[in-house]
Amino acid sequence: MVDLAVSGPIARPSQWRAGFARGGPRLWIGVGLVGFFVLIALLAPLLAPHDPIEQDLLSAQLPPAWMQGGEVTFPLGTDSLGRCVLSRLMYAARTAIAVALIAASLAAIIGIAFGLIAGMFGGWIDQVVSRLIDVWMAFPPVLLSIVLAAVIGAGLTSVIAAIVVVDWTRFARVVRAETMVQLQRDYASAARALGLSRGQILRLEILPNLVPLIVTLFAVEMGIAILVEVILSFVGISVAGDVATWGGMIVEGRQVIYQAPWIMAFPIGCVILSVIGFNLLGDGLRAALDPVQRR
Amino acid sequence: MRWGEIIRRLVLIPPTLFGVCIIVFVLLRVVPGDPIAMMIPPGASAADIDRLRAFYGLDQSIPQQFITWFGQALSGNFGRSISLHQSVFELVLARLPATLELSAMATLIAVGLGTVVAFTGVYVRGRGAEWAIDGGIGVFLAIPDFLWALILLLLFGVLIPLLPITGRIDPQLDVTFHTNFYLIESLLTGRLDVASALLQHMILPAVALALPFAALVARILKASLSEAEDQDYAQIARARGFSRPAILLREVFPNALIPTVALGGVQITLLLGGTVLVERIFSYEGIGNMAIDAVINRDFPLIQGLILTFAILFIALNLAVDLLVTLLDPRLRHG
Repeated sequence: MVDLAVSGPIARPSQWRAGFARGGPRLWIGVGLVGFFVLIALLAPLLAPHDPIEQDLLSAQLPPAWMQGGEVTFPLGTDSLGRCVLSRLMYAARTAIAVALIAASLAAIIGIAFGLIAGMFGGWIDQVVSRLIDVWMAFPPVLLSIVLAAVIGAGLTSVIAAIVVVDWTRFARVVRAETMVQLQRDYASAARALGLSRGQILRLEILPNLVPLIVTLFAVEMGIAILVEVILSFVGISVAGDVATWGGMIVEGRQVIYQAPWIMAFPIGCVILSVIGFNLLGDGLRAALDPVQRR
Repeated sequence: MRWGEIIRRLVLIPPTLFGVCIIVFVLLRVVPGDPIAMMIPPGASAADIDRLRAFYGLDQSIPQQFITWFGQALSGNFGRSISLHQSVFELVLARLPATLELSAMATLIAVGLGTVVAFTGVYVRGRGAEWAIDGGIGVFLAIPDFLWALILLLLFGVLIPLLPITGRIDPQLDVTFHTNFYLIESLLTGRLDVASALLQHMILPAVALALPFAALVARILKASLSEAEDQDYAQIARARGFSRPAILLREVFPNALIPTVALGGVQITLLLGGTVLVERIFSYEGIGNMAIDAVINRDFPLIQGLILTFAILFIALNLAVDLLVTLLDPRLRHG
């Protein structure tokens, strides 16, 4: 009987394989896309043909190599300051993945904490957290992140803070609701009957069952973080000019959209592919980790 | 959602709005960057600056400023814009119709498109085409409105220059409007040339806003339709010899509508929030575009007024959706 309370599901290799099979092509494509960008982010200094901030004004706004007037040394062309677009895209992937990881982790920690506490204790604590979430949901998220970033000032910290403050509710809402559902289940009642404290029930029983949900949300949140960086770039409160970010590149490209549309097109492509990657990864993981919720 | 629940929600509106006001107010007051410094001409004396500061109430403590602002706001006075030197209420009121027309157009496109895709998806259920439709929905759902705006801008503004990409209407078009609902007004007064010019400017931002929402409508409606079609009543109708399209439209659709409105309706707020950036990208003169300018200019009164406007719209939309669901669902209506 004692074992019942503490033994969690142990993943064996065969279960991993089964999970991957359940995830289907979504999971594979998601893993592939995200893996691709993570790899580029890690290896950017080795892969990039140029220094991302090295300016060459004589070869500014060069088109990609396969277009007329392109040069092989700049495979995807150059921007208005003659910086290599491909190298900047690679270094921007670094920034994007780093921001996404940090921001999503912080949002997850804060949101999960609030959600668990509200779901577990109910009563006035739940009321306070729920009202707080209500107030948050009444804000237009884009506007809130812009105002926040303006408060903190430009820089990566500002981008991360904006994402965390705006998006902790995403985790809090889901975790709160799911904690309440799990608490109704027999295993939670059994744990209570065994005399486990609330903290123990949360840690040993509820939390492990929330993992699939949290992992899914986390992947989606990383995609959102990449988008928020682009949003903030549009208002000119993302990072300083010499740090390459996809959002910054899009905004710079917007200014020369008629002369050199490719400058804007490539970072848009990167943002789209990475966001789709994170979404597919989230979808696939949900299916892989939790057969009950499989669609 | 029963009537009691709706009353409970109504009661919760004032405290929610109050919370929004406090958060915005405090956030703005810790912003680095002085709105007064951005509006004074060079060479203004310290006394002039102090006088301006006092005029906008910025010399008082934050709680004092809040009480003053809140008291005035209750009587409909939301202060004066620091950067535009006009009443915030009038500024927002003048720009709001542009955003409402754009959002309404986007919602229409999204609902139409989403419904068509959902029906197509259900109709080809179990075949390879369904897989393709699901994949497409997933992609359209993942890419947010402002990225669509950029893609459409590149495609139809630059590569194939079909449509105008800035503003709400051509500046050279000589028309005077009596209201700010340009599109509705021009349609009502029969100025079809003006209406078509307005539509040309509106179509790209509206489609950009509509695409992710259409995907959402399609996903929810398709799932609800599939579920409803598996129910006994649909099977019985099938057995009685009704054609599949007839069953889908007449038997299954009304039942699938309720969850779609309930789940999808709430997300209209996302579409509305999306106007901020999409309007910016297309230089469309609505409140979203205005909000970004207000943040850049540190125009406190205007930002407060705009965020409050968005918050009221969000809450009103949520409530409207709940009401609609209650009206649609006989179980809740009599519950």
